Amino acid sequence: MSIQTPEAPTTLPPTAAPDTANRSRRSVFVRRPFFTIALIVAVAYLVAAIFAPQVAPFDPVQQDFNVMMQPPTVGHLFGTDSYGQDILSRVIYGARFALIIGIFAVLIGAAGGLVIGLAAGLSGGGSEWALMRLIDAILALPSLILAVAFIAILGQGVDKVVIAVGLSMIGPFARTVRGDVLQVRVQLFIEAAQLMSIPYLRVVWRHVLPNVIFPLAVQVTIRISEAILVSSSLSFLGIGVTPPTPDWGLMIAEGRDFVSFAPWMSAMPGFALALLLIALTIVGDGIREEFDPKLRKDP
Amino acid sequence: MLLQALGKIAQTLVVLFFVSVASFGLLKLAPGDPIQIMLGSEYSQESYDSLKTELGLDQPFLVQYADWAVRFVQGDWGTSYVARAEIFTYAFKEALPVTLTLASFSLAFAILIGVPLGVLSAVKKDTIFDAGSAVLALTGTAFPSFLLGILLIWFFAVKLQLFPVMGYVSPWENFWLGIYHMILPGLTLSTYFIAMITRLTRATLIEVMEQPYITAARARGEPSWRVVWVHGVRNIAMPLVTILGLQLGVLLQGTVLTETVFNLPGIGQMLTSAVLGREYLVVQAGVMMTAALFIGVNLLVDLSYPFLDPRLRARK
Repeated sequence: MSIQTPEAPTTLPPTAAPDTANRSRRSVFVRRPFFTIALIVAVAYLVAAIFAPQVAPFDPVQQDFNVMMQPPTVGHLFGTDSYGQDILSRVIYGARFALIIGIFAVLIGAAGGLVIGLAAGLSGGGSEWALMRLIDAILALPSLILAVAFIAILGQGVDKVVIAVGLSMIGPFARTVRGDVLQVRVQLFIEAAQLMSIPYLRVVWRHVLPNVIFPLAVQVTIRISEAILVSSSLSFLGIGVTPPTPDWGLMIAEGRDFVSFAPWMSAMPGFALALLLIALTIVGDGIREEFDPKLRKDP
Repeated sequence: MLLQALGKIAQTLVVLFFVSVASFGLLKLAPGDPIQIMLGSEYSQESYDSLKTELGLDQPFLVQYADWAVRFVQGDWGTSYVARAEIFTYAFKEALPVTLTLASFSLAFAILIGVPLGVLSAVKKDTIFDAGSAVLALTGTAFPSFLLGILLIWFFAVKLQLFPVMGYVSPWENFWLGIYHMILPGLTLSTYFIAMITRLTRATLIEVMEQPYITAARARGEPSWRVVWVHGVRNIAMPLVTILGLQLGVLLQGTVLTETVFNLPGIGQMLTSAVLGREYLVVQAGVMMTAALFIGVNLLVDLSYPFLDPRLRARK
């Protein structure tokens, strides 16, 4: 043993180095099994949504009054609803609407929040104070109530829901962006750039923005589930997407009237929604814990 | 401290001002010309102009806003044509109490269940109980409340027939019947908060239990229940109150959904039918009440810190 030790260092480093690198690259999925499972579930939804016409066994809006309100059978795995529409097909197509609305709404909210947050963080003085109170005012209204108010002005429909939910999410994004801007603004490289008399907008574009965009991207992934929940809540209230769109919230609301004898009508789209939300929450938590420097324990 | 409080109140009023301008602007943005709607399809330009002057719609925006704000504060909120009532009576005296009853009932529920659950998870850290309650808490925060409500109706009201399916009885008029009708909606709404409070209590209590004063209390030989429930739990009050204040919005939007599931005549139903009936005045009233409630409660939370934490009292 003692004779062989001099050899060990010469052979170990080459094998050890890629091994540790490999381990740290794999570790996110190994260290967080729930995160991995949740990510697989979320990706499965995405695939089902993209390939809905290929995956769904029936046309989601095809009505068949011979098979109204059938419990789950081999022919209709999730049963049928009060119009004889196949619930499984509607759930699969519903993933499309949920994800499209969720993703685009979050992007609108993030864009709006970026603009207001940057303005509030950079301006300083009285206008910063006023902008902050504006953000407070937006935050004083829960996103669903705000979305209801926007729907009241805009009307119903998929595009209107995307805009309403997006606008209602500006507040939280603006607050995070402003917080990040405040941290970046006092950094030495910003001062250096200003001393080099680089134009102000260029400093913002080249030095402030890149430092704000990444935390914002993390926020975007975390808040997709919130957007999906708010949009399906609007549909559930009957003021979001209009029938016969295969939207989960709408399907749950339709099934509510038949809950005593056809509980699967609400339960199937409901569990589809719940599973996606739980998966997205776990993925979001994982991403935040991995990438948020404030939450990271090890340096 | 008084100065600080006054500053916070002033700040709150400014936020409220912004909200009111925005919700007044909401009315202005609403599609359709109110004068055309009031006059119907046939009218002369003269009657159009005279009505416009009469309603003050020819005035500048700020004058119109001031006019509206004065009337709003006085309780003159306009008339709802769908509910056939003064909006103030309909929204403030009828819908708001229902929502507040449901919200406070759920909050009480959530604290009574969530705090003990969180304390137990913190004390039994890294055991099966802790892991189990962590999974439940995660599911609870992500599970859509309206689905949970329907499942509870299906199981407890339809299958077991233990509770009424829907309907509202005011606990102020018939206490026990009111509570009976509130149990399923309250459970539906509080699930998210039970989960959230459990997670928060666990996380903060674990930190608190590592503090020197806990070690000191243990060293004095105090029984372990006293260390946890008196010295420990007292120190989680502040983060708990803060988060609950900030999460009030979630509670209010939860009531909107829960009311729809259980057919409770609260702000949620009011808002939904107002949107469908294009009654912008009612939507505006709902928005204003929600915002005022949220802002007011958070002001109270801010002002309550000195009472919860003696260390803040000493500081000037």
